[in-house]
Amino acid sequence: MPRKELEALQLERLKRLVDYCIKRIPHYRNKLEKAGVTAEKIKCLSDIEYIPYTTKDDMRDTYPYGLFAVPLKDIVRIHASSGTTGKPTVVGYTRSDLNNWSDLVARIVVSAGATENDIAQISFGYGLFTGALGLHYGLERIGAAVIPISSGNTEKQIMLMKDFGSTVLVSTPSYAMYMSEVGAEMGIDMRKLNLRLGLFGSEGCTDELRAKIENNLGVFFTDNYGMSELMGPGVSGECRERCGLHFAEDHFYPEIIDSATMQVKPRGEVGELVITTLTKEGIPLLRYRTKDITRLHYDTCKCGRTHARMEKVKGRSDDMLKIKGVNVFPSQIESVIMTMPDAISPNYQIVLTTHNYMDEIEIKVELVNAGLLTNYSDLENLQNQIRHKLHTVLGLDCRVTLLEPKSIERFVGKARRVVDNRIK
Amino acid sequence: MIIKQISVFIENRSGRLAEVTSIIAEAGCSIRALSIADTTNFGILRLIVEETEKAEDALRKHGLAVSSTNVVSVRIEDKPGGLAKVLRLLSDNEFTVEYMYAFISKSDNEAQVVMHIDNALKADELLTKSGY
Repeated sequence: MPRKELEALQLERLKRLVDYCIKRIPHYRNKLEKAGVTAEKIKCLSDIEYIPYTTKDDMRDTYPYGLFAVPLKDIVRIHASSGTTGKPTVVGYTRSDLNNWSDLVARIVVSAGATENDIAQISFGYGLFTGALGLHYGLERIGAAVIPISSGNTEKQIMLMKDFGSTVLVSTPSYAMYMSEVGAEMGIDMRKLNLRLGLFGSEGCTDELRAKIENNLGVFFTDNYGMSELMGPGVSGECRERCGLHFAEDHFYPEIIDSATMQVKPRGEVGELVITTLTKEGIPLLRYRTKDITRLHYDTCKCGRTHARMEKVKGRSDDMLKIKGVNVFPSQIESVIMTMPDAISPNYQIVLTTHNYMDEIEIKVELVNAGLLTNYSDLENLQNQIRHKLHTVLGLDCRVTLLEPKSIERFVGKARRVVDNRIK
Repeated sequence: MIIKQISVFIENRSGRLAEVTSIIAEAGCSIRALSIADTTNFGILRLIVEETEKAEDALRKHGLAVSSTNVVSVRIEDKPGGLAKVLRLLSDNEFTVEYMYAFISKSDNEAQVVMHIDNALKADELLTKSGY
């Protein structure tokens, strides 16, 4: 769709959405009244800036059904976010929402290269988490054969992958990496299996880890993005060109803001992604702050698609660690670790502590190269080399600890890499 | 004499050495000599065992980082100056001993040491020629 037509459609849907929220959701009615916003006052897309932001706290404060726009009899599915602290955030889908969701996931899996001939193994955990069921319905919609194996029981995963001839793998990048390790231990050459495409998501992944997974599993790695508050997967996803994740702009309106000043940033700048759901019936969200840091590109992709491309998420503003006053994203540390595949494994842990009122950062890595055991100095050199590289990237002095292979916990879902034991 | 030495990377935490030596015990291998040195958080355990490959396989199966290298085993006279004499011979011939440790001695008048020398084969040749 040409951008002009797309923007006209977005404007029409935005007006309808504002009206829908005022009529149906008391929480939004109050907020919009206070801000003086009505559907008639929205004349162009940039008028969206008059609408107040919605945050995760708004969802928590109205727990569980306060932001639902329809009576429960019209809701056919309820999901909730993997909230680790406090109450989860709840989302309800109408039949039409589920239908749109399947279509949008179908769109991203097709652009990633999946077809009706594929056998897709879904190794996301099923349940309240939207990842597994989202990909499940989208892949079914295009006619692929779906194996809903869920996460865990890794040896069985690999056995079925081999016996059933799975061609597509759906999982987190860290679980895909773990599967390749277990496969190697079982004496299976994962590259010789039928796997050809990975639809990975639900956590960040550096280019270095991506390359390693592609090499170990013999797959074409594609990233996709979404979050349960908005719908689940299907908000954006990579095409075969892999130069950004195509954003479903006809259903979601994206903005990039400065998290501190809360002002909208000019196109092409890096900042926090804010999303307005244009078509959701069950639980529409106006200007939802995702906390994800990224950038949008509006020029047409080499593949021909006109929808904006979102850069791989650089990190969540939530994930950002402040260490000795320096801003650090765990992804920066990961990118250093991935440059030394012959010496250390891709698994690592970041441990933060307080010592003499100061922050201390320790990076735990697993030694895999037994060839370094002749001399202590070889091991010390390795430690120093990692420390030096981290210092170059972060500007911080980190303690580097070498651990035995496989001593750091593996994750079947989202990996938890940071242990923060600092005194608050 | 050239023999095989196994090196194992172990974390410096209590009970770990007991666990690792238990793996070797379960494999049915007898330990002839052993040395361990540590830094604050890790150590390298060096072992001479009777069936090197069997012990190595067992350690690897337990996910440990293991390697094996050639070392030189030397019998020396168990009297003052015995060790100094052989080290002098090596240094005169420009061999560097990176580290060494002792064997359990089975004889009253002989001691046995394991040496890691930069050029083990050449050093062994020299030692044999010199009557060791």
